[in-house]
Amino acid sequence: MEKHVVVIGAGPAGLETSASLSKLGFRVTLVEKEEATGGHLKKWHALFPTLLSGKDALESITKELNSTIKIQTATKITGLEAVNDYFTISGHNGWQEKADAVVLTTGFQLFDSHRKEEYGYGIYENVITSADLEELFASGKEFVNRHGNKPERVGFVHCVGSRDEKVNNLHCSKVCCITAVKQAIEVKQLLPDAEIFCFYMDLRMFGRHYEELYKEAQEKYNIQFIRGRLSESTEDHEGNIVVKVEDTLLGKPLRIKVGLLVLMAGMEPRAGTKSLTTMLGLKNVPDGFIQPVDEVLRSNFTEIPGVFVAGTCSGPKSVSDTLADARSAALAVADYLKS
Amino acid sequence: MEKKPKNFGYSVTRDRQIDFDANNHDICKIVTKAEPTLNLCISCGSCAATCTAGQFTDFSLRQVILLLRRGETKDLDKEVSKCMLCGKCQLVCPRNVSTRNLVIQISKALCDNRMSAS
Amino acid sequence: MTFDLFVLPFFIGLLFLLGVLVVKYSRWIAMMDASDRVKAGMALFSFSLLKTIKEIFMESLLHRRMFKRNPLLGFMHMSFALGWLLLIVMGNLESRVYSGGHINPPYYPIFLKFFIHDKRVLPFEIFTLPGFFRFIMDLILLFVLSGLVLALFKRTRSKWFGLKRTTVHNSFDKWAITSLWLIFPMRLLAESFTAGIYKGGGFLTNTLGSFFNLIFPLEYLAYPAWWAYSFMLGIFFVTLPWSRFMHIPTEVILIFLRNAGIEQGKYPGSFSEIEINSCPRCGVCIDVCQMNQAGLTGSTAVYFIRSLRDQQTDVQLNSNCMMCGRCLEACPVGIDTLGLRVGARRVDNKGIISDFSYLMKQPLIKKKTEVVYFAGCMGHLTPGVKRAMLQIFEKAGIGYTFLDEDGSICCGRPLKLAGMQEAALKLVSENTVKIKNTGAKILVTSCPICYKVFNNDYKLEGITVMHHSVFIDNLVKEGKLILRPSALKAVYHDPCELGRGSGIYEQPRNVLKQIAEVSDVAEERANSLCCGGSIGDLAMNAIQRNVIRDNALNILCQSRPDVLVTACPLCKKTFDSGNTIVVKDIAELVADNMEPNKLQLHAAELIDQQCVIS
Ligand SMILES: Cc1cc2nc3c(=O)[nH]c(=O)nc-3n(C[C@H](O)[C@H](O)[C@H](O)COP(=O)(O)OP(=O)(O)OC[C@H]3O[C@@H](n4cnc5c(N)ncnc54)[C@H](O)[C@@H]3O)c2cc1C
Ligand code: SF4
Ligand code: SF4
Ligand code: SF4
Ligand code: SF4
Ligand code: SF4
Ligand code: SF4
Repeated sequence: MEKHVVVIGAGPAGLETSASLSKLGFRVTLVEKEEATGGHLKKWHALFPTLLSGKDALESITKELNSTIKIQTATKITGLEAVNDYFTISGHNGWQEKADAVVLTTGFQLFDSHRKEEYGYGIYENVITSADLEELFASGKEFVNRHGNKPERVGFVHCVGSRDEKVNNLHCSKVCCITAVKQAIEVKQLLPDAEIFCFYMDLRMFGRHYEELYKEAQEKYNIQFIRGRLSESTEDHEGNIVVKVEDTLLGKPLRIKVGLLVLMAGMEPRAGTKSLTTMLGLKNVPDGFIQPVDEVLRSNFTEIPGVFVAGTCSGPKSVSDTLADARSAALAVADYLKS
Repeated sequence: MEKKPKNFGYSVTRDRQIDFDANNHDICKIVTKAEPTLNLCISCGSCAATCTAGQFTDFSLRQVILLLRRGETKDLDKEVSKCMLCGKCQLVCPRNVSTRNLVIQISKALCDNRMSAS
Repeated sequence: MTFDLFVLPFFIGLLFLLGVLVVKYSRWIAMMDASDRVKAGMALFSFSLLKTIKEIFMESLLHRRMFKRNPLLGFMHMSFALGWLLLIVMGNLESRVYSGGHINPPYYPIFLKFFIHDKRVLPFEIFTLPGFFRFIMDLILLFVLSGLVLALFKRTRSKWFGLKRTTVHNSFDKWAITSLWLIFPMRLLAESFTAGIYKGGGFLTNTLGSFFNLIFPLEYLAYPAWWAYSFMLGIFFVTLPWSRFMHIPTEVILIFLRNAGIEQGKYPGSFSEIEINSCPRCGVCIDVCQMNQAGLTGSTAVYFIRSLRDQQTDVQLNSNCMMCGRCLEACPVGIDTLGLRVGARRVDNKGIISDFSYLMKQPLIKKKTEVVYFAGCMGHLTPGVKRAMLQIFEKAGIGYTFLDEDGSICCGRPLKLAGMQEAALKLVSENTVKIKNTGAKILVTSCPICYKVFNNDYKLEGITVMHHSVFIDNLVKEGKLILRPSALKAVYHDPCELGRGSGIYEQPRNVLKQIAEVSDVAEERANSLCCGGSIGDLAMNAIQRNVIRDNALNILCQSRPDVLVTACPLCKKTFDSGNTIVVKDIAELVADNMEPNKLQLHAAELIDQQCVIS
């Protein structure tokens, strides 16, 4: 009989895993809690490092899905249990399936920047997040701040909600440094007269052509990089944001006014993922992401045979990392089901 | 190892180099023992950016930590004496360094050092 | 017969104890500031003495505060203290009556039943019951013994006494308590044996004596029993000055000095010595201390105070304490545990230099307004609170000066709590100049830490200091601010420095009740928990603080509220980092739920009309 795999979460990871599994000859059901598939990717206007349009990227990933894959959207998982050598999965809407293997591709959640109150998100109008900025880019509207002005200066704050034990996130979100560089360039393209500043602790340009993009940001766009983590921001009477950092390379405190401040919100494990892992009996680890049995050699395997993991639910990844991880998970599943 | 006479002040011949080998590293050891979170600092500068004392004077806890770790302890007591212990730094530190206790422990270690020297 | 060798252990023990007490007390008196000595001298002849006597009766004997905490615990302590005193007083009366009014040696009443086996009905007993004293003395002994039984139960069933954890005593205290506990059973045995031989005694000793007589050769046992009784008394008296029972003679002095208006000095001194010696190590302060949750039971007040008494102070112990005041609130003796902790830190941190000379060139704010607002250092990390306050000022039409808009000078309380009083005073004087220069009548602050120090340590004649919750409550009462009810379910957290520290419990609740449905919390008002973020503590690490925070959040959120409301930027930030519930300052909730008042409505209408026209 044709073996059946249930993939939970239809972001880039879930879509790619499903397509690959289907190509390998398995029957696949892809479950998504939202109305639409695509995960975070549907919100991104353009992707680093090539500025490939997010929409196009999602389209080409989705194109690989074939009609035998059953896509079960708007379904919240309420039950997930290992029974002998198969799994039973049920949704809030009465949907129910048996599966020979399960792949968890539930992704990440964007850090809620309200939690860094001292940065002023939700308090000062001209403090926005990187996700808000993508939305602004995608809308195609004129680039103005919330006061309707073209900002003369734009600041990007790295590591918001990442590398910060005050919000219980020690991990680095990996993609936000390069995203900041990408977004800084895009802003500069829209506002050639604006001055752009990135406030960083470390610049983590880990991928191919990321360092090049960083260099381009310096060379072509004159983007300024200031090494110092924001402590707090205030608002002046004109609605500008006054930022406080230490210019750590100079060893001096620095105050600077910007018309728009963009917070590079990090990736967090989803709250909902924890309830799935709890149903399965997987152990929770301090950082909250799903823990594979071995991060180096068996990154798609969990402690429970038949339960696999792919994409950002097991730690921050870029889209290309995510897709590769998804294909690798499909092979791991195939290996498991054929033996 | 003999200690090189150091030239402070503003003369052009001022030794710009950190003479790591000649420096006194005992104070750092004492402080680290008393407040182990010293080692967790990643020099992000948030403490200095938010610092209540830092608004009025040249004082950076981040720099103090680095100087201590390099054994550059001369004049460090003057630096830490500027702290008001207000605790803002502790509230913003992303690495949960116990900054207030750190300041106290540095002051104490330097004070003890002064006492034993005199 | 008025003497026997067996009284010697008791007698020598007693003389020794008195000798030691005289030495100790003289030292304490000598250590006192001259002015305190004068105060104490005057108090001996003033009405405060009556107050002292009443307090000694209520607290040292009846143990009123213990009763309030837990009736069983109160009864246990009362039966020992009051019972023993009654034994002594009645015993003395009894001995006088039986010896025809002579003045007797001090041991005589204690061992009266050894010396006198009188079964006469005394003349006055015609009016009472025959054998009045025998009956009364047995009754009192039974009363004391009931306390002993409870004390034994407390070992294994401490929960019945309202205590989850009890003090772990050192071996010296164990010796002392063993001798104390044995005193009364020994007395019972000695008196019963003697009663059995002579067919005397009251309802208890007589019955027991007759019974023992049936099975034991009492004529051999009685004498050793008196020796044993005397020995136990002797051992107890000799160990007392070094054991926790030193509190018995010292607490009385403490109450007297407190009523004389004497306070802890800056450095550990006479008064704090007396406080330290007044702690019976009852352990009431252990359970209430949240440091338990962080595995720091060893730093709770009782052990800290013991370390001071044993002169084994330890920096870690001195530094670990959130200064939340829960122990102070609970302590039946009223020992200023926080003051002692600060005192110990003063010694620890004596050598630390502070130099704020850089503050000299501070520009002064020129604007003159009725109200001056001080957000405080922490307030700058909670811009939501700052913004809310400014919106409230605007809405209520209050002209204000934002004193620390561009950053504060710390109020000085953190330094004070770290035992660095002189450094704190420098900041106090800097801020005082700045505040006074504004010429304002009301100083509003958002930080309870600032509030407390402004109130207690600043000399701001002519300026009323208000925490923003009080200021808002006033605005609402005066009709300057109209609040709109919402569907929110809220709980209120009393910040330590605002509630226990400054006694402000009702005003924030008054305000909150107009906006949200407020549920009660298991531990609130004077029993409110510390959020764990306290700047009072110097040494706790983040993991320990987080445990305390999460436990507090658990209790606060039991009723599943929509929002946790507090009135302190530090509490807000601390609870916020727990990421379990929406946390708001009372000012933010007010700013979100203000009705425009009439004037503003009118202005808004005008603007609308203009918009329509243009
Ligand atoms: C600001 C920002 C910008 C970025 N820009 C780029 C970029 O330019 N280039 C790049 O390569 N990467 C970028 N990334 C990274 C990229 O977003 C991720 O690599 C990618 O989204 C990961 O895909 P995923 O499928 O693992 O997770 P997600 O995109 O989060 O998808 C997970 C899916 O699972 C669903 N799901 C979750 N839980 C359940 C459940 N319990 N039941 C059912 N369904 C569930 C979710 O609804 C979602 O559809 C960016 C990230 C951020 C934060
Ligand atoms: S990728 Fe960069 S911005 Fe993002 S968490 Fe890591 S260091 Fe910070
Ligand atoms: S505690 Fe000291 S170092 Fe930290 S912010 Fe306050 S003044 Fe600065
Ligand atoms: S905030 Fe913390 S990590 Fe950053 S420099 Fe200061 S002490 Fe170091
Ligand atoms: S400090 Fe108070 S509560 Fe604590 S043991 Fe002593 S007397 Fe009891
Ligand atoms: S003040 Fe608070 S933390 Fe300190 S000992 Fe008392 S109860 Fe414990
Ligand atoms: S009490 Fe707190 S907020 Fe107020 S000035 Fe001092 S540290 Fe700052």
